[in-house]
Amino acid sequence: MRYAMFICMDPEASEADHAAAPPIEGWFDHAIAKGEYLQGIRLQSKDDATTVRVRDGKVLITDGPFTESREWIAGVAILECADLDEAIEQALRHNMAYEGRLEIRPIHSMGGPEDP
Amino acid sequence: MTDPADAVAVAVEEAVRRERLALVATLVRVTRDFDLAEDCVQDAAERALARWPEDGIPDNPAAWLSVAARRRALDVLKRRRVEHEKLEQVLTMTDPVDRDPTAVGTPGPYDDDRLRLLFACCHPALPLAGRVALTLKVVTGLSTREIARAFLVSEATMSQRLLRAKGKIEHAGIALRVPPADQLEDRIDAVLAVVYLLFSEGYSATEGEPLRDALAQEAISLGEVLVALMPHDDEARSLLALMLLQHSRRAARFVDGDLVPIDEQDRERWDRASIDAGLRMLASVGSGEPGSYRLQAVIAALHATAPSAAATDWVRIVRAYDALLALRGDDPVIELNRLVAVSFRDGPETALASLPALDEALPGYPLLPAVRADLLRRAGRSAEAAIDYREAIHVARTDAERRFLARRLAEVGGD
Repeated sequence: MRYAMFICMDPEASEADHAAAPPIEGWFDHAIAKGEYLQGIRLQSKDDATTVRVRDGKVLITDGPFTESREWIAGVAILECADLDEAIEQALRHNMAYEGRLEIRPIHSMGGPEDP
Repeated sequence: MTDPADAVAVAVEEAVRRERLALVATLVRVTRDFDLAEDCVQDAAERALARWPEDGIPDNPAAWLSVAARRRALDVLKRRRVEHEKLEQVLTMTDPVDRDPTAVGTPGPYDDDRLRLLFACCHPALPLAGRVALTLKVVTGLSTREIARAFLVSEATMSQRLLRAKGKIEHAGIALRVPPADQLEDRIDAVLAVVYLLFSEGYSATEGEPLRDALAQEAISLGEVLVALMPHDDEARSLLALMLLQHSRRAARFVDGDLVPIDEQDRERWDRASIDAGLRMLASVGSGEPGSYRLQAVIAALHATAPSAAATDWVRIVRAYDALLALRGDDPVIELNRLVAVSFRDGPETALASLPALDEALPGYPLLPAVRADLLRRAGRSAEAAIDYREAIHVARTDAERRFLARRLAEVGGD
């Protein structure tokens, strides 16, 4: 199965959390060696985000990310794993599991079962 | 009971009860379809009821049910034009005859369809209420309506809850598998937590709620299955011991529908067989560092073996609570229980002195005013107790609790 792993910044993480985080290089090596890493995207800061929407025919362009929360998405990794437990195992090896938080979402297979 | 039709009905019920989890588990593994799996087991049970009176009860009812359920699965899948490969899998589904119950540990520890299914149903990626409901559904085969009634929610709510849990298992790729080694301990804990929740849900039921009452019994049965499947897991053993010991007080906890606190229960009404089974189970736990269920079971055992509330070993009970707090971090609910034990060890005034700190940690916790009222009553401070009993009645969650508190309020001269 393919999963998108959203990498989120979390300002609540403590000094100790940062100190406990494993180095990111090891994560890439392991994920690539296991054949579970397909692609990764690292994003610029949320300060550079622009949100766009059209409402009642009117274009609205605003500064900042679409969520108001203090956590923000810093990147996405695309994983190919046998099941959720394997994806969780990859997440647990990632430094951002300690310094931020990771959200694992199955990727919709077009033509497959409808997303709930 | 001499009626042969009755004998068959009993035989079917027993066989289905014993084999259901294994049948559902294997069918879910092969078909990845919870509804189909449950339907096939149901269908096999109905066929058994129709066939056995004529053909006689088979020598191996488990194998008979398995074949019937598998046949049904094949029929349904063929009608759905499922690919050949899946049909093959159904045909070669492991027969329960080949399943040696003592062979847990081969080829790998925890390698059993039943356990794999429970790991999936109790996956922490599912919402907790969904885990509990789905586990009960696959284990018992109760209808959604019955499960809704047992959990005191509407059928629509329960149906949605089950649908969502099954949906996420399918869409998010929650596999029926033994978790990776470094997640295993947490995941076993997650399964045990669901079983204990199921038990507590039933244990909190008042008399005359047979469906909720049955939950506690189902949880105990599931606890027995877990001990059989993970014989070396001390926490699984401890949880079973804990449930047996708590369940032994079932008949004494309510008199005419009214809640009776442990210090006033008629100990003659405690179930000796259940206590003995619990104590035996607890004695079989290894001597390693005690886990959270073991400490709770130790506390329950100290209550179960005490001749009276006054003659209870409160010193050891407080010590066990201390160990529990050290293990689980500062859990205000455990602190509150510890405080009650302290009040029996050192007197209610001592316990009252440490209450303000808890008050801060547990704002709005419904049991807090009840505990405080009780300490004040025992300390002879009736007027103050009455104020707290009134508050406790206001926040009580069940009618039985309210009636009990109203009785106490009357005792301290309030009304």
